[in-house]
Amino acid sequence: MNNQQKLFLLIIFVTLVSLYIDLPQTSFDFSLFGRQFKKKLEIKQGLDLQGGLQVVLQAEMGDIAENQRDTALEAAKNVIERRVNFFGVTEPVIQTSKTSGRHRIIVELPGVQDTEQAVDLIGQTAQLDFREGVFEELPPESTPEPDASGVGSGQASSAQITGFKETDLTGKDLEKAEVTFEQNTSAPQIAIKFTDEGATKFEEITQRNVEKPLAIFLDGQVISAPRVNEAISGGQAVITGQFDLEQAKNLAIQLNAGALPVPITILEQRSIGATLGQESVQKSLIAGIVGLGLVAFFMIGYYGRLGLLATVGLVIYGLITLALYKLIPVTLTLAGMAGFLLSIGMAVDANILIFEKIKEELSMAKPLTRAVEKGFGRAWDSIRDANICTLITCFVLFNPLNWSFLNTSGMIRGFALTLGLGIFISLFTGVVVTRTLIRVFYK
Amino acid sequence: MVDFMRYKKIYFLVSGILLVPGVISLLVFGLKPSIDFTGGTILELRFEDNDQFSILNFQTEDEKVISAQKSGEGTYLLKIKTINEKEKNEIKNKLAEKFGEVEEIRFETVGPTLGRELLRKTLVAIVLATVFILAYIAYQFKDKMYGVCAILAMFHDTLILLGSFSLLGHFFGIEVDTLFVTAVLTTLSFSVHDTVVTYDSIRNAVKKNPKAKFSLLINLAINQTLIRNLNNSLTIIFMLLALVLLGGQTIRWFVVALLIGTIAGTYSSTFIATPLLLVWKSLEKRKDG
Repeated sequence: MNNQQKLFLLIIFVTLVSLYIDLPQTSFDFSLFGRQFKKKLEIKQGLDLQGGLQVVLQAEMGDIAENQRDTALEAAKNVIERRVNFFGVTEPVIQTSKTSGRHRIIVELPGVQDTEQAVDLIGQTAQLDFREGVFEELPPESTPEPDASGVGSGQASSAQITGFKETDLTGKDLEKAEVTFEQNTSAPQIAIKFTDEGATKFEEITQRNVEKPLAIFLDGQVISAPRVNEAISGGQAVITGQFDLEQAKNLAIQLNAGALPVPITILEQRSIGATLGQESVQKSLIAGIVGLGLVAFFMIGYYGRLGLLATVGLVIYGLITLALYKLIPVTLTLAGMAGFLLSIGMAVDANILIFEKIKEELSMAKPLTRAVEKGFGRAWDSIRDANICTLITCFVLFNPLNWSFLNTSGMIRGFALTLGLGIFISLFTGVVVTRTLIRVFYK
Repeated sequence: MVDFMRYKKIYFLVSGILLVPGVISLLVFGLKPSIDFTGGTILELRFEDNDQFSILNFQTEDEKVISAQKSGEGTYLLKIKTINEKEKNEIKNKLAEKFGEVEEIRFETVGPTLGRELLRKTLVAIVLATVFILAYIAYQFKDKMYGVCAILAMFHDTLILLGSFSLLGHFFGIEVDTLFVTAVLTTLSFSVHDTVVTYDSIRNAVKKNPKAKFSLLINLAINQTLIRNLNNSLTIIFMLLALVLLGGQTIRWFVVALLIGTIAGTYSSTFIATPLLLVWKSLEKRKDG
């Protein structure tokens, strides 16, 4: 078997493997060198295709020491990650980025439709703390109306509540929070369980505040201020407040996941309905098939049998590219699909260059096989030179080194990645595959 | 063999006719930046019942809404100042009260600081890509003449693209977003890509026949490469046309930008970049003589 036949078999093998990977629902499950490989292969769709929510958050680092900021950002990211996991989003993407001293967190939640709840869930600091009342002894003459201020001040003392002061009991002392329902009104409420340490603190605080209100604050806002009847041991308590079920669920998640170490604000929010994405996918697919048909029609019409072989090469190109998208995996966005389709149009460029050179050689009355070989040889320099520029642009657009002075937007990266990948693969299929096909079939 | 270079004045004229309105529009109207760069909100909604519509006048009722336009079958696109989730829901509820069931298709809001930052990053990307490409051209064509002419052709294509979008922006409200910038950069590389192939062929011809007349060699090279340039662009244009006509609405203008860039790039590599070489030669001669 000579090299040419080996290459031909290799191409058939690669094509078949690609075809197998391209089939929907392909998955891997095998062990190699004692390691288990298990992977379900599917094309990852970007947010714009499957619908969902993307939020860019800015961490307000004003109060954090310079050297603590990176840690704070990482911690904030972890908290958000935990919250999102509790919320039950599949395959969330949470990244941090630093741009000229600004700290950001980018959150992508595929498939999320209730954006209001999700934004509330992510964005709130959720700093819970318990505060005890501060009292001021009232002058004797004003005692007749001790409750005028309305806030449940202790009846036993002849003092008026003037504010609350923080205790050492905060959200950090929680072990667990969950939504329960008040027995009489069935209003949602949150049952909390303290850690052992928290339980001790809680007991001490309740002990010294019997007959006085103990306020529960969330992000500096009072949610409720129940009156303590007796010291509570055992570390269980209930937060009641004016929340609906969704808010209660969010709060429970936030308390479980912990408070954000830094306050965050929303810089950018994009949400896309699932229908728009699916429509786009379908339309792009149809456009791709029609475009591919036109290209094939043109190539066969203009170059005859050579064009047919180029079209076969193009189909192989498509199969390999899709397989790589699944293997890498490439998250496919709308712009990425455009990049892929564009790369199909460009993939035949190599073939066209080669065929034109072959025609030139043939017109100089060279025998066919010599003309084909010379045509490939002469075209290669042009093909290489011509593609370098596009690759450079793809590099700048994709920004693989995460340079902070360049864009990191998913849309643009998706386009650059599919286009760049397309050029590499098309160099292989346009030159190696087509040449082998021609050597084998074009005689 | 067709004597292409005889008509070089016509090519320059065609380019002039295409360039001048666009450049004037660029200078007078500029480009219309999208919320990506300025900050702001777009909200696309679908209405179940879209018969009796005065939604297009909705902006008079809510001062945050800047404009409203029809974007498709029963769908409308609202442009709004930067708002948050709560304000969005207020607007949605208001609309639902008036016009019945609303479905949210797309909601994008960008803070003003982020917009400015993106603008800066985009400019850096353009400068960086241009510098890389220039460096590549300098390396590829050690001869100054080829390098300068390739760059001029590249500027020609970019100006045509920018000019078209300035006109489209002024007359049809088409906006320039991050994807457009991507299209500009892709056009830059396309333009050079095509020019490289044509110049390669010219330099080969010069190498083989160093004594022949330059304009003759250029003609020879163009006759060799024109079909390839045309065919290659045709296949790309087929793909892009299919995408413009059948593809999703979200990336339509991105694809249009790529299409304009591709066509300009194909035209310029044969009909601008190459005659420019001749102009350069004759200028050189005049200086020497």
